[in-house]
Parts: sequence; structure tokens; C-alpha cells
Amino acid sequence: MLSYDFMRHAFVAGTFIAIICGTMGVFVIARNMSFLTHTLAEIGFAGAAFGVFVGWPALNGMLLFTVLSSAMVGQMSVKSARRESVISAVSALFLGLGILFLAISDQTSSSATSILFGSVIGISSAEVWQIAGLSLVIIVVILLMYRSLKFESFDAVGARVNGINGTLISIVFLVLLALSVSVAAQIVGSLLIFILLTLPAASAKYFVHGVFKMIVLAIIFALVGTWLGLYLGYLTNWPVSFFIATIEVLIFVAALWHARRA
Amino acid sequence: MNVQRLALSYGDEDVIDDLNFHLQAGHFLAVIGENGVGKTTLVRALLGQLKPKAGVIEFSEPKKKMKIGYVPQFRNLDEEYPLSVRDFVALSLINRRLPWLNKAEVQRLDEVMQQTNLLKIANRPVGLASGGEKQRAYLAQALINRPELLILDESTASLDNEMKYELLDLVAKFQHGQDLSVIFITHDLPLAQRYADHFLMMEHFKYTTGKIADLPVEQVEEQ
Ligand SMILES: Nc1ncnc2c1ncn2[C@@H]1O[C@H](COP(=O)(O)OP(=O)(O)OP(=O)(O)O)[C@@H](O)[C@H]1O
Ligand SMILES: [Mg+2]
Repeated sequence: MLSYDFMRHAFVAGTFIAIICGTMGVFVIARNMSFLTHTLAEIGFAGAAFGVFVGWPALNGMLLFTVLSSAMVGQMSVKSARRESVISAVSALFLGLGILFLAISDQTSSSATSILFGSVIGISSAEVWQIAGLSLVIIVVILLMYRSLKFESFDAVGARVNGINGTLISIVFLVLLALSVSVAAQIVGSLLIFILLTLPAASAKYFVHGVFKMIVLAIIFALVGTWLGLYLGYLTNWPVSFFIATIEVLIFVAALWHARRA
Repeated sequence: MNVQRLALSYGDEDVIDDLNFHLQAGHFLAVIGENGVGKTTLVRALLGQLKPKAGVIEFSEPKKKMKIGYVPQFRNLDEEYPLSVRDFVALSLINRRLPWLNKAEVQRLDEVMQQTNLLKIANRPVGLASGGEKQRAYLAQALINRPELLILDESTASLDNEMKYELLDLVAKFQHGQDLSVIFITHDLPLAQRYADHFLMMEHFKYTTGKIADLPVEQVEEQ
């Protein structure tokens, strides 16, 4: 299986993606940002479609759109009153834009499905390097602000009292999230981002009760899903996203079951 | 700590005007007043989160910022809150950057957990802890960096009598053992009389201070 270039690329990229998704996911869950993550993914879809339209790699289009819009998304998350409906409106707008870009670019519909649902075949070695580089940036920034980010995410009131600049942390985190969404979409597609970005972390919190332990377990869950999903996809020729989704959901169900029993 | 002619406002809306009081190191000050007179607002000014409109807040060593531990009035940790009590308390260890705690930090954490009787439930998720245990966890988190002043904002409001005494006994132990000054915001007069040595009574734009023995109890109860 690993004698094929594209499978090797997919495994390496998937490994990096699982690591950053597990890590970021723990904070996404703690900060109640699952919904927002989904919105960013839809914005990412528009970005990828834009990329296809102008002839860029989809990843670059996604990075452009998600990073630029993360500031705006952050604004929305602050004013919580009308939050959900505003976020829905933004999602709708960007999904529409994405459909438009795909329609006016003379690409076949296969590029649309691979953006929406992910594709492992298309990852070039240059993209693997890019994914690895972006993942490293994300990990380094998280390490640098680990204790403040942890405090702010798990006890915003306490963090404020201790003089932590919550606004700064929120902005940096959103940019990191935008990067993570764009990177993760390369394997699972933008529609299924939360499979890797929220489910593993949501499952982990039912098993362990420390931030670092949650991160480690979430990474393990994400890795199991990604590796197994790629392997099963290779065996059956069915979509990898399907397998990853199913595995992560099974883990999540097991976590809920474990929590009820405990 | 010395507070002189302090005035605080949100925008154009004045909340506090011409407030004066003094807090000596190691003393226990009860702050009493109706809802909305500005008790929490005063705390925010002491913490430096709100700029005074007028007046000054002076600390004993003028140049050095005073280390303050604060247990806020509201905190929203729901049933599903995942962190263990121990990990929650450790959150405020933010003086170093590395993800893992060093030996001194672990030692300090264990010490505070022991002093606040949390060792037995150290690994329980905070979401499942009782109200009293949660308050003790908040207290431990506020004390772990060895503050010189501890501010409790209605920390006993949701506790039954036994738990109230347990929590404040703990606070008193820290006050006497480590020369900690305490500001305790409360509506509970008997509690204030039992633990505080001084009081600050806040009414709208009118403030009274004194020894706790001189607290005009009847007048307060009329309100
Ligand atoms: N961020 C804010 N912006 C504008 N006004 C505020 C703000 N926070 C508080 N206030 C107002 O300032 C006044 C004092 O509020 P504060 O929270 O200090 O009262 P309190 O004495 O702590 O009351 P309680 O006993 O209910 O806790 C209130 O009228 C409140 O509406
Ligand atoms: Mg208050």
C-alpha cells in the first residue's frame, strides 16, 4: 500500500492533520467553538472554490479566505446575542459564493466533491510539505501560549482576574483555527471538518480530566480514525471520509456510553 | 492599602463617589451593601481593571504592584466541565511558559490542595464537585500564587451554614498563618461579625467604615 506515492503522501499529511486536530480540538471544545469551526470550514470551501477558479491550489484559496475572515468571525463570537443567526447567514453567503466560483470556473464537478468531501489522491509532495510546515507553526504557537490559552479556555473568568489578555488570545486562536481548518480539509473535506476537529476532543473529555491528557487522547483518537480510514479506503475503494467519520462517531458513542456508566 | 476620595463610573454613570477607607496588612475587612451599590465595581478598581475617575488607591509599597488573589462572584462551570479539581487549581500557575509544571510548582500545588482539604477529591471533575468543594477549589486557585490580599466576592452566597463556616475558617487560617489581608464582600451580617475585624458599609454615595464591633446592625437590617 505504501509503495504508492499518493498513499504515502496521504499517510504523512493525515498524521500531521490528526495531531493538530487533536490538539486544537481540545481548545475548540472548551471554548464552545464547534459551530464557529463549521462556519470557518464553509468559508474555507468558498476559498477553495475561488482557488480553483483562479487556478491556485485549493489549500491556498482556503488559507486566504479563512485567515482573512477569522477576524470577522471573532467579532461575531463576541456579541453572543444574535450569534447563531449571524453565523448561519455568513455560512449561507459563503456556501453560495463557493458554488458560484465552481460554476464559473470550467472545472468538472469532481473538484467540487473533492473540496467538499475530501480526497486523498490529490495530495502532492509539495502540499505535504506545506501541511507539515503549517502544522509546525500551529504547534509552536500553541506551545508558546500554552498556559495562558489553557487558563483562558477552561476558566475565562479566572484568567481575566489574573490579568490574561483574553482578546489577544481569542484572536490568535482564531487564526490558528483558520489554519487548522484549511489543513484538515485536505483529507476529510470542508463539509466534514468537525469529524477531526471536534469529535476526538469531545470524546476524550469523557475519559480523562486534564488538558494535556485530553490532548494526547484526542490525538490518538484522530490518528486511529485517519490511519484506519486511509487503510480501509485503500482496501475497499470507498471514500476515506466515510470511514474516518464512522470511526470517530463510534469512538464518540463509546465515550458517551462510558460516561453514563461511570 | 489606602483608598482616598475614590470615584468610579461606567461611562457617564457614576457608581462610586468619594470613597475612603484603609486596610492594614493582615486585617479582615467585610464589605457590606445592597445589590448594585458598586461592591464588585470597587473590586474591579482594586484589581486595576477599571481606571478611577478620581482619587487614588495606594498600596503599602508604592512602586510594587500588590499581589491580589480574587474569587469572583460568578463563574459558569457546568456539570460537564471536564477538568479535575487539581488541574483546575493549577490553571493559575502562569508564571512559567512550559506546558508541564516544574517541581516547585507541583509542590506548591500539593501544599495548597492539602491546606484547602481538596486532596481527597483532587481527581474528581470540577463539574461533579459540590458547591462547597467548588468554592474551596476557587479559593485554592486564588491562593496558589501566594497573594498578599485575598478578595472574596460573595463566595458564601450559595452555601449552607456549615459550609460557610468551613470556608471562612479556612480563609481565617490563611489570614493568620500567612499574614494575608482579606476583603470579604457579603450580605451575611452574622458571618461578617464572626470573621471580620473591620467593616465598610456601602450605601448609595455614602460610606461608613469602622471596627466590626461598631457595626450599626439594626440600621443595616432595616434596609
Ligand atoms: N460593565 C458595566 N457597565 C455599565 N454599568 C455597570 C457595569 N457593571 C456594573 N454596572 C452597574 O454598576 C452598578 C454597580 O454594580 P456592581 O456589580 O458593582 O454592584 P454590586 O454591589 O456588586 O451588586 P451585587 O450585590 O448584586 O453583586 C450597577 O448599577 C450596575 O448596573
Ligand atoms: Mg457584585
